Amino acid sequence: MNTKVPSKWMFLLSALAILALPSLSAAQESHIGKLTGRAKPGKELYRRFCIGCHGLRGDGQGENAPYVTPQPRNFVAATFKCRSTVTGTLPTDEDLYNAITRGFNTTNMPSWEPLTPQQRADMVAYIKSFSERWKNEKPGTPIEVPAETAVTVESINHGKELFQKLECWKCHGPEGRGDGPAASTLTDSNDQPIRPYNFSVGTRFKCGTTNQDLYKIFITGVDGTPMPSFADVIKPNEAWDLVHYLRTLQVARRGPESDLMKAQGGSAKDADKGGK
Amino acid sequence: MKVNHILMSGIAVLAAAAMAVAAPGSGTVSGKVTYEGTPAKQKPIDMSKEPSCAKEHATPITTEGVVTGAGNTLENVVVYISAGAPDGATAPAQAVTVTQKGCQYVPHLVALQVNQELKIVNEDQTSHNIHPLAKSNREWNKSQPPGSPAISEKFDKEEFIAVKCNIHPWMHSTFAVLKTSHYSVTANGGAFTLPNLPPGKYTISAWHESYGTQTQDVTITGSETKSISFVFKAKAY
Repeated sequence: MNTKVPSKWMFLLSALAILALPSLSAAQESHIGKLTGRAKPGKELYRRFCIGCHGLRGDGQGENAPYVTPQPRNFVAATFKCRSTVTGTLPTDEDLYNAITRGFNTTNMPSWEPLTPQQRADMVAYIKSFSERWKNEKPGTPIEVPAETAVTVESINHGKELFQKLECWKCHGPEGRGDGPAASTLTDSNDQPIRPYNFSVGTRFKCGTTNQDLYKIFITGVDGTPMPSFADVIKPNEAWDLVHYLRTLQVARRGPESDLMKAQGGSAKDADKGGK
Repeated sequence: MKVNHILMSGIAVLAAAAMAVAAPGSGTVSGKVTYEGTPAKQKPIDMSKEPSCAKEHATPITTEGVVTGAGNTLENVVVYISAGAPDGATAPAQAVTVTQKGCQYVPHLVALQVNQELKIVNEDQTSHNIHPLAKSNREWNKSQPPGSPAISEKFDKEEFIAVKCNIHPWMHSTFAVLKTSHYSVTANGGAFTLPNLPPGKYTISAWHESYGTQTQDVTITGSETKSISFVFKAKAY
């Protein structure tokens, strides 16, 4: 049958229609809660605040980079430490937003809370334009963090058993002071020396401050570093036990876990005795 | 109607092309990989920080950056077709296995195809973490305590991936993820063989973890066996 429009024009029209479709917009926008961030304003903010360390091309080779340890994040490689997603997968927009908001404890990456939430959301959108991965892959599925279980002596003791069994002490040391047998040889994925987290000297983690943050750290692993994911080897309720035990290693911090141990007549040090 | 004709002939061409790709050949490229010069001495590994593995080795094992055999042959060289064979060969259903035993990766080097399943097994009494330091593929890092099930993974890009265990810094391996199904890893004796090649012009690459990559062009016309060799210059370090 004869169509009204000659077939060669149909072909041309449909080709133009396909080309006119907006390109995959996922990389140009970010969605955090009710906020929508856009790459265009994000780019201006990046040039003002981020480029010095993270570089014009987002590869972590800004002019400050040679003087900075650890090295600034390479957005082109798109391997991120602080995620709620499975190891090896991209973080969510919210993960990136939280990272910008919190900054990174013990590094040169400050907290950008003085910027407005909209500004931070715009920066997330722009950061996602540096790597092809954001065009080809979807972010990983965020892990389920179940409701926290009660802080009890049983929970803390079980957490201590896990700490032994899963051999966390090999890097973190028997009291979590970052002095385990493997600690001095650790390097990150760029072959730079890196130390395991020392629970005894602080209250903040690289990727947050709360029990929920701590849960996510060892379940998703800290990509780009020696810290692996324990998602396949810890059950969710056991993970909370480990969280509660790890909190007792933070001797500089006052919290429900250390208060409970004190009330029982023990302390984090005592909890460690006789378990090796 | 004209559009229909274009579609039909397009499908016919594609079908013909697909059939042409699937036909196996009968040519072979084989040979040996050797080195000249004196390779650096491999260092003995001190496993005293991991007694459960130290006791598995009556005499301390050495690093495996260069493994040699009689006649100056080189082991652990990946010889593969880097050009001339159709890419994107379907990954075999069969998985490739690498085992952590005595705090070593056995075998030291694993070659597999893009999207082929890799099984990682821990037979030691200690935890290991498997950390493929991928740059093109995704970089992941998983803990594997003793007694846990095999880890199953796959890689979707061609890459020679350095692998380490962060807990045991002497452990090194390579996952050689290849697009082609025509590859051969040299063992003791340094021999490789690439069979079932249809007629064509091929570029054969040989990759060694310490000595780099070499290439050679080979043409296959029928069922012949072409013999080639690769000679690597040994490095003093």
